[in-house]
Amino acid sequence: MKRKVFALRMNRVLCFITVLSILLVLGNKGMAKQTELIGAGATFPYPLYSKMYDVYHKEYGVKVNYQAIGSGGGIRQLISKTVDFGGSDAIMSDKDLAEASAPVLHIPTCAGAVVLTYNLTGDPQLRFTPDVIADIFLGKISKWNDRRISAINPGAKLPDMNITVVHRSDGSGTTFIFSDYLGKVSAEWKEKVGTGPSLNWPAGLGGKGNPGVAGLVKQTPGSIGYVELIYALQNKMPYGMVKNKKGKFVTATIASTSHAAETNLPDDMKVSLTDSDAPEGYPISGFTWILVYKELNYAGRSEEKAKELVKLLWWMTHEGQKNAEPLHYAPLSKKAVENAEKLIKSVTYNGKPMMK
Amino acid sequence: MLEKDIKDISVELEYPMGMLKDSSTADFLAKVHARVKARWKSGFSESSFRRILYCAGICVLVLLVAIFFSLVIASLPAIRNFGIWFLSGVTWDPVRSEFGAFPFLVGTLATSFLALIISVIFSIPLSIFLGEYSAQGATSTFIKSMIELLAGVPSVIYGFCGLFLLAPLVRNLEMKLGVAPYGVGIFTASLVLSIMIIPYSASIGREVISLVPSDLKEAALSLGATRFEVIRKVVLPYAGSGIIAGILLSLGRALGETMAVTMVIGNSNFIPKGIFSPANTLASAIANEFTEATGSLYLSSLIELGLVLFIVTTVINVLGKLIIRRMGVGV
Repeated sequence: MKRKVFALRMNRVLCFITVLSILLVLGNKGMAKQTELIGAGATFPYPLYSKMYDVYHKEYGVKVNYQAIGSGGGIRQLISKTVDFGGSDAIMSDKDLAEASAPVLHIPTCAGAVVLTYNLTGDPQLRFTPDVIADIFLGKISKWNDRRISAINPGAKLPDMNITVVHRSDGSGTTFIFSDYLGKVSAEWKEKVGTGPSLNWPAGLGGKGNPGVAGLVKQTPGSIGYVELIYALQNKMPYGMVKNKKGKFVTATIASTSHAAETNLPDDMKVSLTDSDAPEGYPISGFTWILVYKELNYAGRSEEKAKELVKLLWWMTHEGQKNAEPLHYAPLSKKAVENAEKLIKSVTYNGKPMMK
Repeated sequence: MLEKDIKDISVELEYPMGMLKDSSTADFLAKVHARVKARWKSGFSESSFRRILYCAGICVLVLLVAIFFSLVIASLPAIRNFGIWFLSGVTWDPVRSEFGAFPFLVGTLATSFLALIISVIFSIPLSIFLGEYSAQGATSTFIKSMIELLAGVPSVIYGFCGLFLLAPLVRNLEMKLGVAPYGVGIFTASLVLSIMIIPYSASIGREVISLVPSDLKEAALSLGATRFEVIRKVVLPYAGSGIIAGILLSLGRALGETMAVTMVIGNSNFIPKGIFSPANTLASAIANEFTEATGSLYLSSLIELGLVLFIVTTVINVLGKLIIRRMGVGV
């Protein structure tokens, strides 16, 4: 009697488990049928991409899944061909391009600015010159009331405090843009430290992510750190004006960031905007790119997916740009959009260009 | 045979009842039934149960070996490039691809051992109090659940509390002492870690102390020992190896802790000069740099950091086990 009841109960449980697992598997299968594009990469543009893809899904019904795992992660995933596109704040190095073994296009989507935020009593508006910034981060200028800082800030009351440098502890595109700028304006920085998403910082504390650096600077009196403009604005932290190449002290704004792109832009858009020639441009700016293979027939991708990807890229650089300013991102300048159009038109599937 | 037995047997063995009315068949079937039931209860389940247990044990062993080998294989480019000098290298420069694990090793060992010392000051008295003085009652249950709650708090929360509550206090202390007022550093990280690892040694210590046989304690009391002397001379020596085992567990936890440490240690890839300097640990370095690492040498160096952490933890565990065995009695 007991065995029969037990057997009956086991049967019911097994049936339930089988039905449940079938439903779980089917749930995922259904999703794969409709076109879904997968991207991964930089965290900097993630809020913007999030909004863009939400709007795109409502308008065109195509779902785009973007994982903000970092520029390095995005490049790695693109090289291993597991994603449709990658997002990166840094240009792919020659080593990475060689590993990718097929041409990769860098299509810019927006620009961002890196600002120097600090913690001093009274929140004075400070001005910085390139050599002073480099020497602060090299550890050579160690006090706030150093002659060189007070020389460019005649009105400000600078305390006799040690400067605590705060940098990023994790690899990031923000660090790449900042170190790229410092490498251009300081030969000593270029030799000692170099440019990259992760560096051997000569001095200071590390915070994780933009929020980590902002948090440490907010808490530590006498500290200075570099963050994306958005974080300084949202946390209402003071940030300094920086002298650009043309000698003008510029405050970072959306307009000055877009201005920095008004220089000669190369066709492949693999350009750094730091220390640009633009007279009104903020010198510590940079593009963020979407990386796609030029030839989209790889790892069994269909032509339909390729078409959808190209449509998405076109939309992101045209209609999608209106989402940038409300979120404090700098939209692409006209010349940048023109170059981006040329790049998108060169994307092919089996040699056939996807967009005329 | 009772009517009921015959009915039961006929239902279980699905044997028509009519045929069982014959007593010799009924007896035979009853014996068969009894033997099958006995074997089901002891024989069949015994050996297969033992086999399942062996399989589970072997699975864990295989998993451990597999982890070790996958770490070694993934860090081969770094091992080939740096060799044994990886452990003594003091530079961590991703731009020039020069990697060395020494600053992280120092940071890990410094924070873990300092955290251990601080936590032991609290956890041993706690385990004695809960094991001996207040073994039952509402207060004891309350304190026990509070300790277990400490263990359940996610490490990110510890990191946040450390960064926003503890760091300003440490900063004030540093300003009074005239040291650079970072607020974050080895000291803060060790404080946060020590609070995190108290539950592990306290719970195990309490268990072991409460398991000390009461006749030993009563014998000592009857000879005129004070309560304190009983604890010092009877309870602690008996429970000694168990307490050390608990401390070892908490040390293992401290060595591997990532999120809480990375928020309060200052992330400076240099060898710390003193207790208030910022530093970095193996786990924190891996967590910070892994997502953005491009290039096989960079990646494999990070994985080699993981391998070093694995080996350090294993070595400390082995040493700890030797110490426990030397102490002899108990768990």
